Amino acid sequence: MSGHSTYEPKTGIERWLDTRLPIVRLGWDSIVDYPTPKNLNYWWTFGGILAVCLGIQIVTGIVLAMHYVPHVDHAFASVERIMRDVNYGWLVRYMHANGASMFFIAVYIHMFRGLYYGSYKAPREVLWILGCIIYLLMMATAFMGYVLPWGQMSFHGAVVITNLFGALPIVGEAITTWLWGGFAVDNATLNRFFSLHFLLPFMIAGVVGLHIWALHVPGNNNPTGVNVQSKADTVPFHPYYTVKDGFAIVLFLILFATFLFYNPNALGHADNYIPANPLVTPAHIVPEWYFLPFYAILRAVPDKLGGVILMFGAIAVLFVLPWLDTSKVRSMRYRPTGKLYFMIFVVACLVLGYCGGQLPDNHVIPGLSTFILIDADLNSMVWLSRLATLYYFGYFLVILPLLGLTETPTAQPESISTPVLSHPAGMPAGAVAAPEKKG
Amino acid sequence: MADTVVGENPDPHAAGEDPNRRDFIHIAAGAAAVGAVGALAWPFIDQMNPSADTLALASVEFDLSKVALGQQVTIKWRGKPLFIRKRTEAEIAAAVADDGANLPDPQTDAERHKPGKAEWMILIGACTHLGCVPTFAGGDYGGWFCPCHGSHYDTSGRIRRGPAPLNLPVPEYEFLSDTTVKVG
Repeated sequence: MSGHSTYEPKTGIERWLDTRLPIVRLGWDSIVDYPTPKNLNYWWTFGGILAVCLGIQIVTGIVLAMHYVPHVDHAFASVERIMRDVNYGWLVRYMHANGASMFFIAVYIHMFRGLYYGSYKAPREVLWILGCIIYLLMMATAFMGYVLPWGQMSFHGAVVITNLFGALPIVGEAITTWLWGGFAVDNATLNRFFSLHFLLPFMIAGVVGLHIWALHVPGNNNPTGVNVQSKADTVPFHPYYTVKDGFAIVLFLILFATFLFYNPNALGHADNYIPANPLVTPAHIVPEWYFLPFYAILRAVPDKLGGVILMFGAIAVLFVLPWLDTSKVRSMRYRPTGKLYFMIFVVACLVLGYCGGQLPDNHVIPGLSTFILIDADLNSMVWLSRLATLYYFGYFLVILPLLGLTETPTAQPESISTPVLSHPAGMPAGAVAAPEKKG
Repeated sequence: MADTVVGENPDPHAAGEDPNRRDFIHIAAGAAAVGAVGALAWPFIDQMNPSADTLALASVEFDLSKVALGQQVTIKWRGKPLFIRKRTEAEIAAAVADDGANLPDPQTDAERHKPGKAEWMILIGACTHLGCVPTFAGGDYGGWFCPCHGSHYDTSGRIRRGPAPLNLPVPEYEFLSDTTVKVG
């Protein structure tokens, strides 16, 4: 797609098809002779891993839809029937449930990769924004999918999330009623969630197509962040990255299989094996692990509308990131100060995830009972959440805009090939210790 | 016929020309298409709103003799939990005493029950924060406590502390007799 095509039809039928629908040429230029930076490390394999995840979710999801009944009186029982009576139903459902978690593990690594190596910077802004759209669609799909088994966590999770829209002034109540199709989460809600849960993965697949298209126009970023300058900087995608991605996919599937066969409920919540009861909320209601950081941000704010705005803002800020980071240097490899702030950002995200799973009044340090300032207990999860939330937004809105103007980056290599071909003299200090360079 | 037409129509897009009949047709067709898409979109949006049978939800009658003093019964009304609580003298006194307290959503206790029926507190049991069901007699004020995000309600169902912005809503209800209440 970038540059001209190297595809040469060899047989008569290929020539015939190529002048009518050049689909073989598209495939050849996209995944066979696509010129790829020769220095991509294993963090770059998660794109392929994510494609596999999407495929697994769609195939297992279609099978589950053959047996699932989207009705409040039958949903829970039909899921249990899938687990107990349908041939290999247990396998397909556990693949689907754990597959969602694997999908999010992979997407978070993929996103942090993009953040670290500056893959969102020009000319890849559209590529990044399409990724953000995929992430939003993934969250909507995962949320609605979690509602379908109609357990306690399904039901009350749906209540809490749909009520978020009730925080909007004036139109809030009309919107929640519209989302519910009634005055509470009920059968109408379950039905539409099932319909949309079936639809959205195909929309994701469509946006993934655009994402790959937007990737193949400027070509891949790479660990140095330096543009590809000549053919010496690239290798053909096949066999170099088909094999490397394939190996990473196998490793990832081993992790997947470990959860699937040895601890399939580790990432779920026991309360979701209790049928939904609208009259009793579980004492400790938490979303799935991949939403915990956002849940912590929601709870960090004492105001309802403020919490909702901040929670959605945490995702919205990703969309404008390409214009917030003022640094011309893509890769954090050559931004020693930026790298430090990035590492703290990763820790802040993990802290938010941890806080999201705890009760707001739980103590951070169990021994230290309370540390009261005015009327607040600073030794509580809610205050730790506030601190981490502050850093989350500070990183995007203050640190990245200002750091690009003030920091002194270390020397970048002239090209992707230079540090490899002329070591040790031409190798920048920051890159020597990077173990991933072996790939 | 054909040869008589040649050259009769001047270029419709020549500079400075007034809008002619062809421009009018273009604009009218475009406007009709936009209107049609808008009109067609509405049924697809509105179908998600509550259907006629959902809107026709009947009111519910409840036998109050089932509730012991100091206890609460939860029933389902319009898909949501409904709290019917028979308050003790102490709980009523505590609620009245706090009428002048610094309330996030100021209301007196008397505004939240029927006149002369101070013992009966009938409320929609959905936390005004994000709709979880608050637990009975929990929290710092002895009313209700929402386990989801830590909202404390007093014995009048008024929000006292936590993220919820409003008091637990009082549904429309009437006493049919001393022992029967009709909600809705």
